[in-house]
Amino acid sequence: MKKLINKPEDVVREELEGIEAAHPDLVKVHFDPNYIVRADAPVQGKVALVSGGGSGHEPMHGGLVGMGMLDAACPGEVFTSPTPDQMEAATKAVNGGAGVVHIVKNYTGDVMNFEMAADLCRAEGIEVESVLVDDDVAVQDSLYTAGRRGVGTTVLMEKIGGAAAEEGRSLKEVADVCREVNANGRSMGMALTSCTVPMAGKPTFELGADEMEIGIGIHGEPGRERMKIKPVAEIVEMMAAAVVDDLPFGQGDRVLAFVNGMGGTPLIELYVVYNELAKFLKGRGIEIARNLIGSYITSLEMAGCSITLLKLTDDLVRLWDAPVKTPGLRWGV
Amino acid sequence: MAVSYDDVVRFIQRYAEVIAENKEYLTQLDSAIGDADHGINMHRGMQAALARLDGHAPGDIGALFKTVGMTLVSTVGGAGGPLYGTLFLQLGVPTAGKTELEPDDWAAALEAAVAGVIARGKAELEDKTMIDALVPGRDAFRAALEDGASFAEALRRSAEAAEGGMKATIPLVARKGRASYLGERSAGHQDPGATSSWLLLKTVADTWAGD
Repeated sequence: MKKLINKPEDVVREELEGIEAAHPDLVKVHFDPNYIVRADAPVQGKVALVSGGGSGHEPMHGGLVGMGMLDAACPGEVFTSPTPDQMEAATKAVNGGAGVVHIVKNYTGDVMNFEMAADLCRAEGIEVESVLVDDDVAVQDSLYTAGRRGVGTTVLMEKIGGAAAEEGRSLKEVADVCREVNANGRSMGMALTSCTVPMAGKPTFELGADEMEIGIGIHGEPGRERMKIKPVAEIVEMMAAAVVDDLPFGQGDRVLAFVNGMGGTPLIELYVVYNELAKFLKGRGIEIARNLIGSYITSLEMAGCSITLLKLTDDLVRLWDAPVKTPGLRWGV
Repeated sequence: MAVSYDDVVRFIQRYAEVIAENKEYLTQLDSAIGDADHGINMHRGMQAALARLDGHAPGDIGALFKTVGMTLVSTVGGAGGPLYGTLFLQLGVPTAGKTELEPDDWAAALEAAVAGVIARGKAELEDKTMIDALVPGRDAFRAALEDGASFAEALRRSAEAAEGGMKATIPLVARKGRASYLGERSAGHQDPGATSSWLLLKTVADTWAGD
């Protein structure tokens, strides 16, 4: 295993120390329990947004803390859900008296830990609304599975929900717009390589030199199907068709197209993917009104990408365009 | 035979050792159908629980289980944290205030623990989870007592039943947790949660019925 780390067991702590050192104007890092909060928290009278998940997906969530997005993020060990005491402490730290939204990706661990945290917070008189993200179309049969995973739409929800809170909407309104994003966002991912969890020391799975994994999540776990690699035009057609047909998105719809790198894929390839996606959507009569291209919800050094489409309304466009000032996303300021 | 507070301490210490010994194995099982962190997470949690044993006020077995449970909730993370945390917290409910455990006490503790895990995780039998080991383990213990077996013998049968349940997860298609995203590909692999649950019941038997 070759990584730019010291000891595997110290990676998360040292990363948090690095974030603290790099962005003191934007965020504050709290240790034991670990969480990252916006530097000016709590913002009185504003609905606060808290999310979290395993480390290893940076910049999500810790890099998305700041004005116009998350108030706090709780980082677990690599690919491991954070624990209730983290979310409880973070929620208390950002509570501005207007309630708190918990953005929870639909993974068994995340759901249970956030549930336990919400119970603790409510017992202390803090109003918490939990919103689930379950946008992954690769998990087909949700009656017999843990349900669809929360993937790319999470980033979009954190931005849009964050903007709604920043402009003073109520707890219910912010939670509702987050749920609207979840209801109208769909994603699919693929991988060219696995990734190596520092503490495990070797890749989670092996992919042959000419193989790819379709329908991956974001934790280095194997996906739905393994196949021989194809040219990216065919890969994008496969993924985009699955995403478009699922909602479904139709002729005349306006979308936000999010091409996300899994961490190990360079921007040159992400733009090739976007080029194919744009052609595909044009062929379906779907207009790309906004886009996001880059590595925002990653899986360590996994090579691969995910495609997320969000059906837009005028309100969602306004909220997307609103200013944001975080380590990972910054515009309008 | 009654199980003393010190016997419970020995069980927790031994389970921490067993988890450390099986860390790689559990992680390997979790690589096949998960995200390769079960062994690592359980090890971290049990080491933290071990540290909490020092200086724990001796005597109250229920309080000891609760301390372990709360420690696991705040250190394991993932799905294992809430589930094993709940398991130990619930072991501590019927045993609250008890300085030693009779067979019926352990039966009640197992009942509460398994009910807690099911309520938290909402798994059913054959979803390919820790329940597939815990439920047979609980049922075999109770059945053995009803059969007139001794505490020690009942513990051994409980562990054996859990082992059978664990092995029976191999052909199952996962319906819960991360393994469920793999669909049919999860079949042919032993569930890591069922494995750590079998190890728990086996360690109980080895520690309390062994010598």
